[in-house]
Amino acid sequence: MKEAFAGTLESGDILVRIAPAENKGLEIDLESTVAYQFGRQIKTVITETLTGLGINDAKVTATDKGALDCTIRARVTAAAVRATGKDVWKD
Amino acid sequence: MQRLRRTMMFVPGNNPGMMSDAFIYGPDSIMLDLEDSVTMAEKDTARLLVYNALKTIDYGQTEMVVRINPLNTPYGKKDIEAVVKAGVHVIRMPKTETAEEVVEVEREIEKVEKEIGCLGRTQIMAAIESTLGIVNAYSIAVASKRMMGIALGAEDYCANLKTQRTQGDNPNFGMELLMARQMIVVAARAAGIDALDTVYSNLNDMETFRREVEMIKALGFDGKSIINPRQIEIVNDVFTPKQKDIDKALAVVAAIKEAEKKGSGVIAVNGKMVDRPVVIRAQHTIELAIASGVLKQEDIDNE
Amino acid sequence: MTMNNIIAQRAALVEQAAAQMGKNIYNGTREKDQTARTENQKEGASSKVCTLEEAIRKSGLKDGMTISFHHHFRAGDKVVNLVVDKLAEMGFKNLHLAASSLQDVHKPLIEHIKNGVITEISTSGLRGELANEISRGLMEKPVVFRSHGGRGSAIANGDLHIDVAFLGASSCDAAGNACGFSRSENAKSICGSLGYALPDARYADKVVILTDDLVQYPNTPNAISEHDVDFVVEVESVGDSSKIASGAIRDTKNPRDILLAKQAAKVIINSGYFKNGFSIQTGSGGASLAAVKYIRESMIEQGIKASFALGGITAHMVKMHEEGLIDRLIDVQSFDKVAAESLMNDPMHKEVSASEYASADTPGSATHYLDIVILSALEVDVNFNVNVLVGSDGIIRGAVGGHPDTAADSALSIIVCPLLRGRIPCVVDEVTTLITPGATVDVVVTEYGIAVNPNRPEIAERLKAAGLKLVTLEQLRDHALKVIGQPDPLPFGDKVVGVVMNRDGSVMDVIKNIKE
Repeated sequence: MKEAFAGTLESGDILVRIAPAENKGLEIDLESTVAYQFGRQIKTVITETLTGLGINDAKVTATDKGALDCTIRARVTAAAVRATGKDVWKD
Repeated sequence: MQRLRRTMMFVPGNNPGMMSDAFIYGPDSIMLDLEDSVTMAEKDTARLLVYNALKTIDYGQTEMVVRINPLNTPYGKKDIEAVVKAGVHVIRMPKTETAEEVVEVEREIEKVEKEIGCLGRTQIMAAIESTLGIVNAYSIAVASKRMMGIALGAEDYCANLKTQRTQGDNPNFGMELLMARQMIVVAARAAGIDALDTVYSNLNDMETFRREVEMIKALGFDGKSIINPRQIEIVNDVFTPKQKDIDKALAVVAAIKEAEKKGSGVIAVNGKMVDRPVVIRAQHTIELAIASGVLKQEDIDNE
Repeated sequence: MTMNNIIAQRAALVEQAAAQMGKNIYNGTREKDQTARTENQKEGASSKVCTLEEAIRKSGLKDGMTISFHHHFRAGDKVVNLVVDKLAEMGFKNLHLAASSLQDVHKPLIEHIKNGVITEISTSGLRGELANEISRGLMEKPVVFRSHGGRGSAIANGDLHIDVAFLGASSCDAAGNACGFSRSENAKSICGSLGYALPDARYADKVVILTDDLVQYPNTPNAISEHDVDFVVEVESVGDSSKIASGAIRDTKNPRDILLAKQAAKVIINSGYFKNGFSIQTGSGGASLAAVKYIRESMIEQGIKASFALGGITAHMVKMHEEGLIDRLIDVQSFDKVAAESLMNDPMHKEVSASEYASADTPGSATHYLDIVILSALEVDVNFNVNVLVGSDGIIRGAVGGHPDTAADSALSIIVCPLLRGRIPCVVDEVTTLITPGATVDVVVTEYGIAVNPNRPEIAERLKAAGLKLVTLEQLRDHALKVIGQPDPLPFGDKVVGVVMNRDGSVMDVIKNIKE
């Protein structure tokens, strides 16, 4: 795994950085404009998306601008694909 | 009832903010774009975004269309796989020039549909954006049973034609596109599918936009590709039947019912026999009137 | 009788009359002041013109007293910071700052609160860093929030007693006649109406006018009369003009605002109140301003004219007035430069005080004659209660304004707000803070449908007949939750940082501190 980014800092989007894990497990560092109400949920979506892709060890840094869950899933998946080089849609 | 396609609104496929609420403006179709509005570096992220949006967001009754990248790019096949799996209604092919391209896209769609068990779900529409495409319009329109419409893409077409689009202040406004537009409508009608016009991108000139919409309606188009919600009201306004046309159409429909009751094959309004084209036009007028909210189904049932 | 006798007898009668009336006898002539009258309007010459420090000292201000300000200079205001800096420098403590509203620009108050210069605040609104700090528990005493009409009432009935009012003015003469604009060639600022300052001018024990254009007497017509003014202080600048009011009509290009505006206009046109002689007020949000544009089209089409437009007056309203579509403008606050200039030049454009505008206990207040008001909201709950003050992150970020006043007094109140702002829902189970009670809210317009208060069935009928899509607030709330998911509750603490007063002077709600 190498460091990779996906997403933007536009309103309604989330910028996700995935990097090799420093420790065992998923380490998620989240900054969000809706942290109080949705911080917990955003972290859950990030975790579920990554484990669904078979990624259990990684350092994730996310800057959220009020993205919906489907956008978070898309950005996390894209960053994971870029980081691992394993596409979800094979050639 | 046949689906209305007065407005097909373009939404860049890499803009989640716009994708999530595009349908509140009430376009008949939303076209999420993976092609020209997405840079090469973001083709992968946009595809994932469109996939997740289609799977998750409730777009209500809106028809969902995705413009894919051509199959001769590294992105086309993945685009098809992603959006077919996400359940898109229509795949819009850009820059279509031949029937073979449609067949190729159909083959890719079928592959994915078989894999997930939903054979025949996905429709195709082709944007024709070159002179060769215009010449082949009819064969493109009938290239697949999945074809639901053909559309004109004027910018590339004009470049190919070695001309440019006329502006609103030109007395010959729209002249350069006349033949292409007529070819599209004629081919679509001959194939029994829809005809959609190209975009008008100057948002500061709503008057010229309205003129263009009136023109393409007169030419026979079903609707227009649009780039901004502010254009929807004008298109709908132009396409909404006027009251006197609705009244006429209702009279025809009443006459049909009357004839059916009598078991007669002859439909007459005010003692005059009504031809089949008039009946078809009347039915289309009523469908449009209902869709535009100026007529209620109950009003017809109560007639 | 000799001449001398006549004079003596007359003097005796004067003496007798004075004795009967208990008055002194006029004795001799006063020496004429020979100064040219333009000269004695200058600082030092007139009893009223002095420096800020002198004005403060002469006003008799003491620790623990209440000082007041208006917010007509909006984000450009320099008066609050200038005066409070001076008070701090002079060593004052424990002051109660009663402003008609406070803005982002008043961030320096944070230091004055920490230093104990300001220990109490009353206002209509709070924004920016100051609001942020207060939401997190900066002050010991809670901030008291009142509506504009409520503040007018509280000042008049003594609930909010002001010891010294410091009122900025764009022009003032040496006698204290002050205005929100200036007719002199030295004019530096213009804010138009001084409506929110008028109750302070009338009821404060001492009134200090701060102006950046000390003009020749008489400064007429005036907003504040010399009668109410004790001191006049000339300052370099009362506010940054570019931030006080923008010059032109700003038409929103935001498609969501346009959609909301068109829907709101349809509600108004089909509400039953859209007829000749109706009256209207709009809030300052993009959508409610834009709604006016679409109403205008229908007024022209149907030949309908309005008797007056009220409230924050905008360039749109002025334009419609000049076109003959609106007969009179009643202006408590001019929202832009066009409105401010119209107030200066057009006698049909009337300036009113906050009390005349919206006080519940003033029978003649303009809101009582108001048919339709369009307002915005941060949150609406399923019971039609509205919050315009506290963000859904628990941080104070708005102003009560005239919201509850106009909603309560108008014949038809319409709230225009998007269902979703990003991932933040605007239709919720219960508002974070209650500002405008649901019983006074009639229609809520969102991009996902229009909800009509069940206590206005006749409005619902009219809108349905016009083909508008009606939904319930519960449906809107559920739709929002489906899109964004269930938000976690906000981490409120136990400290009360704000108290919301109803316009009748009762306590309606409290705001708790937000924890980190």
